[in-house]
Amino acid sequence: MKIWRKALDLNKVKPSRGQIEIMEDRCKGCRFCIEFCPKHVLEESKAFNAKGYHPAQAAQPEDCVNCGLCEMLCPEFAIKVTEEEKVKEVVRHG
Amino acid sequence: MNDDGSEQTQEMDQYLREDRMPHIWCPGCGIGSVLHCFLSALVKTDIDADKVCVVSGIGCTGRAAGYVHLDSFHTTHGRAIPFATGLKLANPELQVVVFSGDGDLVAIGGNHLIHAARRNIDMTIICVNNFNYGMTGGQLGPTTPLDARTATSPSGNYERPFNIPYLAAASGATYVARWTSMHVRRLEQTINEALLKRGFKFIEVIAPCPTVYGRMNRQPTGMDQMRYYQENSVIQHGADPKDVDIDLNGKIIVGKFIDIDLPTYSDLQLRVEQKAFGPEESKGEAVKKKAATAASKSK
Ligand SMILES: Cc1ncc(C[n+]2csc(CCOP(=O)(O)OP(=O)(O)O)c2C)c(N)n1
Ligand code: SF4
Ligand code: SF4
Ligand code: SF4
Ligand SMILES: [Mg+2]
Repeated sequence: MKIWRKALDLNKVKPSRGQIEIMEDRCKGCRFCIEFCPKHVLEESKAFNAKGYHPAQAAQPEDCVNCGLCEMLCPEFAIKVTEEEKVKEVVRHG
Repeated sequence: MNDDGSEQTQEMDQYLREDRMPHIWCPGCGIGSVLHCFLSALVKTDIDADKVCVVSGIGCTGRAAGYVHLDSFHTTHGRAIPFATGLKLANPELQVVVFSGDGDLVAIGGNHLIHAARRNIDMTIICVNNFNYGMTGGQLGPTTPLDARTATSPSGNYERPFNIPYLAAASGATYVARWTSMHVRRLEQTINEALLKRGFKFIEVIAPCPTVYGRMNRQPTGMDQMRYYQENSVIQHGADPKDVDIDLNGKIIVGKFIDIDLPTYSDLQLRVEQKAFGPEESKGEAVKKKAATAASKSK
């Protein structure tokens, strides 16, 4: 696809980045997060969790854009996405 | 603390009874996503959590009352709305939210639904519609689409179903919306708006029940049902509720259908009381004052 119009500040704006944490023992392997992530960050793990499901895991964590969709969709409350800047701040200020 | 001993938590955990996790809902069941949308919508309203009460009836969806770390009550089957009505009238300060299933609210509880809507009782109803009675093994109910197979309609359903938004709107609901559990952002925003509005607010959420409904209708996983919603949902705000019926495997019209302002039950009650007892004093106030004077005399 040819981009025919570019946002003027395209080079200045940095997309938000998210840090994703999966509480893998809560996961029941429904795949909602995997299938609906717009950046295809997640995949199914080959390993089993404590309940015997293949939990979701982050395959390309660096591609996460902090949209939060996976977190909202997860019926098991197993995912937490935090904006990377905020993560850094916590590390810096304790 | 998690099973593995780590302290990692999820943002919504403050509103969940963590000791009761994991919940009973099956893999791929949509109820958890809807509960998540409700909790995050609630967080975004700034409503004091101590003033919120969640009321459920019986069913898989009804289990939600037992999972929220808010005041909640798990009523008997079909009676979530009458319980919630009493709660609201006795303590008007409360934000009353009914979170229950299609069978609970529209089948056994159908009469309560239409009368609470008619009276415009100030409460928010979140009705998870999975087209069947999930908890008891997937029997057909009044929301099962024509031709759908269920445990009690193995060759296909021949009962015409209710179009729930039409039923709610015709009964007098002042806010009526429908989403599926795939529309998490829009659902969250709708619940948020409903919580901040006065009146009888009804939100239908179509959600997967792969275990007993999807399995009978060629959508054996939650993901199959979600994909069906993704491919067949049509957003149509302001659609006439009479046109939003759902056919088996047909399109699902979603959006906000009704949003009007009408006096609530309590507003009308106050108006009559003020007419009868004077503009300053409502009957409730008069009764309270009388009781207070009587109490101080008996001391
Ligand atoms: C008075 C009474 N009648 C019948 C039942 C059996 N029963 C339990 S849950 C249920 C239906 C639940 O369906 P729904 O509200 O759609 O919830 P779901 O499980 O689908 O989320 C029925 C009929 C009951 N518990 N009490
Ligand atoms: S936050 Fe968005 S981009 Fe990041 S993993 Fe979740 S769905 Fe994918
Ligand atoms: S949405 Fe939740 S339960 Fe489903 S696969 Fe992802 S982490 Fe697991
Ligand atoms: S039976 Fe259906 S509604 Fe009940 S938990 Fe399982 S998938 Fe969900
Ligand atoms: Mg149901």
